Formats: sequence, structure tokens, C-alpha cells
Amino acid sequence: MADEKKPQEPRVGVYICHCGTNIAGSIDIKELQDYARTIADVVVSDEYQYVCSTPGQTMIEEAIKEHKLTGLVVAACSPRLHEPTFRRASQEGGMNQFRFEMANIREQNSWVHMHDREGATEKAKDAVRMAVAKARLLEDLHPKSVPVEHAAMVVGAGVGGIQAALDLASSGIKTYLVEKSPTIGGRMSQLDKTFPTLDCSQCILTPKMVDVLRHPNIELMSYTEVESVEGYIGNFDVTLRKKANGVLTMEQAEARGIVGGGCNGCGDCEPVCPVIKPNPFELGMAPRKAIYIYHPQVVPLLYTIDFDSCVKCGLCEEVCGDKKAIDLEMQDELVTVKVGTAILAVGYEVFPIEKKTEWGYKRYDNVVSSLEFERLICASGPTGGKMIRPSDGEVPKKIGFVLCAGSRDNTGIGKPYCSRFCCMYSLKHAHQLYEKIPGAQSYIFYMDIRSFGKMYEEFYYRIQDEGAKFIRGRVAKIEEDPITKNLYVTTEDTLLGQPVNIELDMVVLASAVVPTEETNSVRKLFGVSQSMDGWLLEAHPKLNPCGTTTAGVFLAGVCQGPKDIPDTVAQAEGAAAAASIPIHVGEVELEPYFAMCIEEKCAGCGMCLDLCPYAALDLGKSEDGRTVMKVTEAKCKGCGTCGGFCPGGAIWMQHFTTPQIVAQIDAFLLGGEQ
Amino acid sequence: MSDEWKPKILGIICNWCSYAGADLAGSARTQYPPGIRTVRVMCTGRVDTLFIMKAFASGADGVLVSGCHFGDCHYLEGNYKAAKRMFLMKSVLKNMGIEDKRFRMTFVSASEGAKWAKVVEDVVNTVTELGPSPLKELEQ
Ligand SMILES: Cc1cc2nc3c(=O)[nH]c(=O)nc-3n(C[C@H](O)[C@H](O)[C@H](O)COP(=O)(O)OP(=O)(O)OC[C@H]3O[C@@H](n4cnc5c(N)ncnc54)[C@H](O)[C@@H]3O)c2cc1C
Ligand code: SF4
Ligand code: SF4
Repeated sequence: MADEKKPQEPRVGVYICHCGTNIAGSIDIKELQDYARTIADVVVSDEYQYVCSTPGQTMIEEAIKEHKLTGLVVAACSPRLHEPTFRRASQEGGMNQFRFEMANIREQNSWVHMHDREGATEKAKDAVRMAVAKARLLEDLHPKSVPVEHAAMVVGAGVGGIQAALDLASSGIKTYLVEKSPTIGGRMSQLDKTFPTLDCSQCILTPKMVDVLRHPNIELMSYTEVESVEGYIGNFDVTLRKKANGVLTMEQAEARGIVGGGCNGCGDCEPVCPVIKPNPFELGMAPRKAIYIYHPQVVPLLYTIDFDSCVKCGLCEEVCGDKKAIDLEMQDELVTVKVGTAILAVGYEVFPIEKKTEWGYKRYDNVVSSLEFERLICASGPTGGKMIRPSDGEVPKKIGFVLCAGSRDNTGIGKPYCSRFCCMYSLKHAHQLYEKIPGAQSYIFYMDIRSFGKMYEEFYYRIQDEGAKFIRGRVAKIEEDPITKNLYVTTEDTLLGQPVNIELDMVVLASAVVPTEETNSVRKLFGVSQSMDGWLLEAHPKLNPCGTTTAGVFLAGVCQGPKDIPDTVAQAEGAAAAASIPIHVGEVELEPYFAMCIEEKCAGCGMCLDLCPYAALDLGKSEDGRTVMKVTEAKCKGCGTCGGFCPGGAIWMQHFTTPQIVAQIDAFLLGGEQ
Repeated sequence: MSDEWKPKILGIICNWCSYAGADLAGSARTQYPPGIRTVRVMCTGRVDTLFIMKAFASGADGVLVSGCHFGDCHYLEGNYKAAKRMFLMKSVLKNMGIEDKRFRMTFVSASEGAKWAKVVEDVVNTVTELGPSPLKELEQ
């Protein structure tokens, strides 16, 4: 060992983790350790069962002191998992935390080369050598501490967004709740009852909606969309588009000097409006006017003019009279707010089930989606809660429920995943049917019944006892009798191994759920990744299910993946807690990977300026009066786009410097043969 | 150890998408050949053409640059800028007598573990088929 080296020379320690058998099972640890000792400037190399454990970290801390290390390499799992752990240990050991480098020999080695011990061990040696090459050149860096704005934003006001906003606001944080539609409540407000307790959905949701309105820390921004997002954790500048709704709130009216004016929700305007449109809240099964509210419990209670269909006849304006609440010339407004953190809770959409043509949705009157069923059975729905079938208004006696309609479907038309709540709500629907229509018979066509929650399996038994018939098999086709409009459902009962053909009055398709079309644009605005199926991607599926890889942005509800109301609310509470931490702490540390200009090398050509996506670069004067590039650290995010381009090599990307990267490349390609 | 020739392939991958995708391939235990060594950068925008030239000059048989899909860059548009640069790089390499198949830029997202495995397998196969880099033969 080269202990006689002067302290300013690089002195690197290498620690190899077995990770139980996760690494040691596929990589020869002993060989790797012996090899590490032969690498230039490595003064100590050791191995341990679990380096991330407390004894493992202590071992590192002591080694840093004992061997006066200037650099540390831990060959273990992904830096995306444990870099913070070992940085902390480095700091504890008295070395600058940025002198630590990780060699990923688990996720990108032992786990993907499980049956190639020789190949994996060789790859690990290269990875360690490359990491040492970088560690030799690492420098002291100091994270930059920035203050965090004492405000948060929640995007989407379904039950998830509502819960998150209430929690944030109740912990003393000013919270902007942004909702694209004119009312809050999301899908839950469209539901009749909720499984397994069967409490009325509106009854448990409406108080929460009202709390939102009353909460002094919540600024509810309905009929509003996110236009752009700038900045970073602690300091997001979010520009919002308040869509013109053509109607003044009482506050807006007061601001215009209209005494006692503004919309009080009286609804006088609606009957006079000549334009009739389908009401999307009722899934088109009821009409609405061009000036409308979706349903009587909307929050805020404020009418909205749909300017796409408004003919500007002015009849509403007339009838509104002295309240002067209507402004037919209203324009969209842009406002920018500053927030420290944000939660995305933009929910879901229902799969366009007509794509599964064999079931005849949208072709046969009496095939409806389960969301339509919710409205048809709901007392405040388009039929006033009278369960009737669409073709003739008759009360259906025999109803089929087709589960996994588009879910767990590998044909390429539907979705491969389980939509998680369809089993349960279909059981609920079967029960609601008995409640409403004595003597009715329900047939549940299922693949598996997944009743995984608390009191869910018990609910399943209850529905069985109530007499629902369960037929295990995927429905192959549904045909309509053109005269009676009755439906013939064909399937195979896979338990009995028999073909089944049943005549039914009505069929309800438990359609898969999918991300909304806008999920993609929202995620791009906030820089969040998506999973294979388009759901927003959490930072870690198990250890960080509310976080994202964009610091300061969190997820809640179905937009992260299908989940029912209890799970949505639980995740929302988790996201709110996570989002409130940086705000309560008041400051966050940013990784100091800023660009720096080596002024002697800079020709002042300015070619880097336009490359920077954050406008962090400017030309300025050096001490000797030359034009050189200057970095505004507060704006630089450390992507290195400038550094990857500069023709003169004048940009020093801290922690990813050109010498460091070239050293890694050379260590791989030349190092092994030296 | 076998003395059969094995290609040396350098991967330069961005932290947010491709590195995360490669990690996911690991968590999912998706198997692929161990023919690649990776360098992590924050964004493919950081990838200087110098790195690629340097890699070939130092004996790489193939180079892969992989980042986020267009529109998904953690830094808005670093990958567009990288892609432009990498496109130019291909013609430069061609002029140097290096088959353009030895150099690839791909887009692998954080959720595409399986795609990462496929990309590596493809690159390893392509480069193995091409044999050692012509620059190496020049040296000898
Ligand atoms: C037929 C059916 C029956 C169900 N029955 C039950 C049940 O009995 N029990 C149960 O636990 N669960 C049930 N569920 C599931 C339940 O609907 C969900 O768990 C719940 O609604 C999820 O809430 P969320 O807040 O995540 O999403 P959502 O309710 O979808 O809310 C999302 C909100 O975000 C808004 N938004 C979307 N995009 C944007 C944007 N770009 N900008 C601003 N705002 C935006 C939307 O307008 C909406 O208000 C049922 C689902 C269906 C389809
Ligand atoms: S840093 Fe490089 S690209 Fe920017 S002005 Fe200086 S020389 Fe030009
Ligand atoms: S690294 Fe360069 S390009 Fe990226 S944000 Fe900083 S200054 Fe701009």
C-alpha cells in the first residue's frame, strides 16, 4: 500500500458491498477487492456484507480518517438509491461529500448478468477502475442553500387533490388548488355510493369540498390550467391560465364597483339560454345550457359560460339584472404564482370501450359503461335515480356486469394492467341493483375477483349471499336483438368448461381506466416521467411512492396508477406531508453541479448562450477586460449542455468535468491494459 | 478466461431517463450481455463530441449515447441539442473510416427497463458482428 504518499496526492478508498447475495451471488467479491488494491492511488480496499448498514457506514467513516482519503468509491447499488447515504458518511468521516463516487455493480451488473459470473466480475472491475479514475479528480464542492417559498400548489381537485390541499393548508401553508373544470370533486362526485361501506359519495365528499372553499389558506382556482412552469424546488414560478367563464364572482363584482352584485348561484340565467349541449358530468345523458353548472352541489357555486357554444344573445345578461354578474366579453387571464413545492393529482379517464367492438358499446343502446351506470342509479342523476334501460325506459330485470372490460387485456386493444377498482364497484353495482329493483338478477362475468382491501372480501361474500351469479370467463361477444333490444352474451364458463349464452336486458361494462390526455402535457410542464402505460412515474415504487425525480414535485391519486378512494386519500396525505417538509424547513440544498467558466480559455464567442435552456449564461467582462461567459448560478441547473458544446473547452461542469469524464473513458479503455 | 475477442463498448447515459431505465432493467432482473460500461452524466446535452472521439481513439469498438425521449428531457431540450451534435458526429466518424453503426444514440425512458436491455443487446451484437474497431488495426 502506498501509505507514504503525500496527503495532497489522491488517496482513494474502495469499499465493495456484497448486498447479501444480490451482488456476491454473481460477482467474485474477493477477486474484485484484490483487483481494486492494484489500481493507482487506491490506498485501501475492503468489502462488507451491507455497506449501507450502520456498521458499514462507520467502517467508511473510520477509513476516511485513518487513511486520510481524498476520494471514496463504494461499489454497490445504484447512486440513484444510496448516493445520499454515502455522501453523508463521507461528510461524517471528515471528507467533502462530493469526493464520493459510486460504482453501480448491482442494478447495472449483478442483477442483469446473474448467470455470467466471469463477465459480471470483469465488468465490476472496469466499473471500479472507472469510478476510481473519477474519484481521483473529484473536488470539494459545496451545495447551495436556497430559501423555499412558503406556498404550495396542487394540480387537480378530485378527492386526491382536495385532501392534499386541505392537509397542506392545515399545516399552515398557503396552497393554490388548481382545477381545470369549473367545479372541484373529480370523479368521486359522479359516483352514487362507495364500496364497501356504501356511504353516499356526495355526502362524504361535499363537506370536504366546502372545507376547501372556507379554508383561509387555500386559494381555489377552478376553471384554470397550468400554462408554464419555471424554476426549481423551493422556487417554482407557475403561470396559470384562468379561463374566461363569463361570470363574475361576488368579489370580482365588488372590485368592479358593482354593489351587491356578482353571481349568487340563483340560476335565473340558465332557463333563458337558448343553447342546449350535452352535460359531460352526466356523460351526455342529460342536457346543459351554454351557461351552466354541472350539478347542484358544485363548488364554487358559480355559473360558467361555455364560450365555444355561446351565441352571445345576451338573454342571460338581461335576466341577471342588477347583479350584473355576466360579462360576455370576458377574456382569459394569465397569473403567475410562486410556490415551493407542487403536487400533481390530475386523476384519470375511462378507456374508450367502443374500441372493443365485440361488446357493442355505442352501437347497442343497452350496453352502458359503469360510470354511466353510476349516474343512472344515482338519485341526483339524469333519471332521478330510477334505474331504467336506455332503449325504452323499461326497468331492467336481468343485468350483466362485464369485468376487466379493457383491463388485463393483452390483445393490444385494451390495457395490460389491472384497473384495481372495477371488481369492487361492480360488486357494489350488483348490490345497488337489488336495492333498487326487487327480484332483479345480476350476472357478473369475471376473470378473478380482486377484493384486496379492508372489509372488501367480506363485501364480496355479502354480494354472493345476495344472489349475484358469478360466471368466470371473458365475454367473447354481445349481440343485440334488433326488435327487443335485449342482449345475448356469449362466453365460456371456464370453471364448468361450458359455453354460456344468456339473454339480458342490459349490460354494464367495467371499463379500464387510463391516464387523461392532458396528463402528458402536465407531466412535461413539471418535468415528471411517465410509466409504460402513461401514468405519472413515482421516484421509487416502494420507497418513494409519492415523490418524483423532479425535486419538489409529488404525486397523489389515480394519475400515479389506478387506486380506489381510500388509497387515493392515503397517498394524498403522504404527498402533502412530503411536499410540506421543504416548506417547513424553509430551505433546500441544491446540488452544486453548476457550470463555471475558465476565463483564460473562453474566447467570448457566445455560442453557448443560446444553448442554455435556462438563460443562465451571459457575456461579461473578465478582470483583464476581455469578453467572457458568465454563469448565473441561481439559474443554472447543471445539465451541461453548454459544457458539451463549448469549442474551447472553457466550461468547467462541476462534478462532471471534462477531465473527470475523459478519465473514466480512458480508465475503461486503456486502464485495464496498463 | 477465454481469449475470444469481446467488443469494448462505452455507454454515456443521462441520469434521469436512460440511467434510471438501466436501473429498472436491474430491479426487474432483465438479463442482457455484459458488453457495455457506462458513464453517467446529468444530461445527454453534456456529451461532448470529444468524448466519443476520445473513446474511439482509446480503443472503443462501439459507443452508445442514450437519453430521454424528445419532449421528456429533465432539462427541457438537452437531448435535442445532443441529438443534433450526435448526428454530425456520425458523419465525422464515417470520414475517419469508422463504420457509423459503431456509434448510436438511443432514447430510453425511466420506465423502459426492457428496452434498455434490448438496446444493449442490439449494440453488443452489432459491434460484435463488425469486429474490432478499424482504428485498433491501424495502431498495430
Ligand atoms: C364507475 C366507477 C365507480 C367507482 N366506485 C368507487 C367506489 O365505490 N369506491 C372507491 O373507493 N372508488 C371508486 N372508484 C374510483 C374513484 O373514482 C377514484 O379512486 C377517485 O376518483 C380518484 O380520485 P383522484 O383525485 O385521483 O382523480 P379524479 O377524481 O379523476 O380527479 C382529478 C381531478 O383533476 C382535474 N384535472 C385533470 N387534469 C387537470 C389539469 N390538467 N389541470 C387541472 N386539473 C386537472 C380533473 O378535472 C379532476 O377534477 C370508482 C371509479 C369508477 C370509474
Ligand atoms: S464558454 Fe465557450 S462557448 Fe461560451 S462564450 Fe466562452 S468559448 Fe464561447
Ligand atoms: S449547465 Fe450550462 S446549459 Fe445547463 S443550465 Fe447551466 S449554464 Fe445552462
